[in-house]
Amino acid sequence: MRRPVPFELHQPRAVATACELKHQLPQKSFFLAGGTDLVIAVKERGLSPDSLIDLKRIPDLAGVAEDTDGSLTIGALTTLAEIESSATIVARYPFLAQAAGEVGSLQIRNRATIGGNIANASPSADTIPSLMALNASLRISDGANQRSSTLEDFLLGPGQTALRDGEILTAVVIPPTDARLRGEFIKLSPRQVMDLAVVGVAVTLVTDERSRVEAAAIALGAVAPTPIRAGAAEGHLLGRVLDDDLAEAAGAIGADECSPIDDVRSSAEYRRVMVRVLIKRALLNAAARAPGPIPWRQRGRKRH
Amino acid sequence: METTRKEATLSDAPVSAEPTVTFTLNGERHSMRVPAHRLLLDLLRDTLGLIGTKEGCGTGDCGACTVVLNGRPVNSCLVFSGELDDAVLETIEGVNGPDRPHPLQDAFVRHGAVQCGYCTPGIIMMARSLLQENPSPSDDDIRFALSGNLCRCTGYRAIVDAVRSAAEDMKHGHAEPESVGDSRA
Ligand SMILES: Cc1cc2nc3c(=O)[nH]c(=O)nc-3n(C[C@H](O)[C@H](O)[C@H](O)COP(=O)(O)OP(=O)(O)OC[C@H]3O[C@@H](n4cnc5c(N)ncnc54)[C@H](O)[C@@H]3O)c2cc1C
Ligand code: FES
Ligand code: FES
Repeated sequence: MRRPVPFELHQPRAVATACELKHQLPQKSFFLAGGTDLVIAVKERGLSPDSLIDLKRIPDLAGVAEDTDGSLTIGALTTLAEIESSATIVARYPFLAQAAGEVGSLQIRNRATIGGNIANASPSADTIPSLMALNASLRISDGANQRSSTLEDFLLGPGQTALRDGEILTAVVIPPTDARLRGEFIKLSPRQVMDLAVVGVAVTLVTDERSRVEAAAIALGAVAPTPIRAGAAEGHLLGRVLDDDLAEAAGAIGADECSPIDDVRSSAEYRRVMVRVLIKRALLNAAARAPGPIPWRQRGRKRH
Repeated sequence: METTRKEATLSDAPVSAEPTVTFTLNGERHSMRVPAHRLLLDLLRDTLGLIGTKEGCGTGDCGACTVVLNGRPVNSCLVFSGELDDAVLETIEGVNGPDRPHPLQDAFVRHGAVQCGYCTPGIIMMARSLLQENPSPSDDDIRFALSGNLCRCTGYRAIVDAVRSAAEDMKHGHAEPESVGDSRA
């Protein structure tokens, strides 16, 4: 296995310093969070940094905080293990905790951060569909100024983001949600654990007492250059009563909205068929979902 | 203005290709200059001579290199030595007591959960973390905790049996030993 070549390691204690360093240092400098994507890039894809700027020593970039308006702020340096076991996230958005818990192994999740999962911009990044289905936005800093971005605007393509040089992703913000919101994430992969998604589907739903859909979001992973929202399928649900037929119809519309490719993991055709099946299953599962944590053996199971 | 900003940057951000890092390893303090880019796995095996930790894949997939960093099991093949300042590290070498093995090690021997043994240090580190967090794991809990550890010869049944049996032993008085480092200190 290839070994990293020598580089300088910077460990700034403030966002402003980290951004400043990124400007001052030569081209081949990179931010380092948990390193679970970056070290692989060094070992397998020939990335040879001159310097790394480790973000882990900057205080206040990690942690989950509930704000008074009901929004939830997740620091970019929060590990996936922390998200998977955060009492707040398990209680409010168990499908997001599940998605974080479906990344790699516990060893990986103890290092991997949510900011790294997003900034790495893999089409199959497991946390992104659930965040998209929650209308999460990203907080970005250049050291002096803050800006905010939707995930859709941020993710430009595989490995491509709208981060400008010297900008750091500082947090993910989930806006206040209806107390009735329920969700579901289904990761389809040949192995139950330690595998990348062939397809990932996240849905969130708000229904009235007669199962009429008041709000719906559907996000798809691994079936387009970036995770995407299935807007037409969402639109079809609004105002209608959620039953098997409606979920089936939404699945069919969603399958037309994605643009999967053939690769080592799956054919495009299989992915598209599974998008249809999994949108339906995710919607019906979400509607039937009891609050609380999701045991790993029950992930994605057909429950309706 | 430019100069002051640069000075502020340098004093705020210690930088070096070969920083001095101070860390605790199996209960002993170490302070040493390390090449920042050197993998923790290589630091342990080649610099410190602790060859219990193994390299399988080198890419985070097999768990043979598992060590405990600041209380949490991680893949040492994915950690840079430059990141270690203030770290608390535990490796397989710190698991047994001065004169007796850890209950997990006993149970692995009893259950025949070791064939070539290459995966065993990583699995013991992982199982030990599990039992510290959850002294009565179900078989599903054990399988989930060990899902980042590959074994190519024993098969997993004997390993799960051994972990379950160690959990029982630890509940019935066969206590976890203080680490070697702790007892020497
Ligand atoms: C064995 C293994 C299994 C895996 N399995 C999965 C899986 O099942 N699902 C999945 O989605 N992923 C998986 N991954 C990928 C990886 O673990 C995740 O994408 C992880 O969340 C990346 O986070 P990190 O903190 O390790 O990022 P790093 O590797 O530190 O960084 C990744 C990239 O993002 C940039 N970056 C990181 N943080 C910031 C920030 N705050 N601001 C700006 N830029 C930043 C870095 O410069 C780098 O380019 C796996 C990886 C391994 C090694
Ligand atoms: S050698 Fe580190 S996980 Fe395989
Ligand atoms: S005993 Fe040989 S790999 Fe597990």
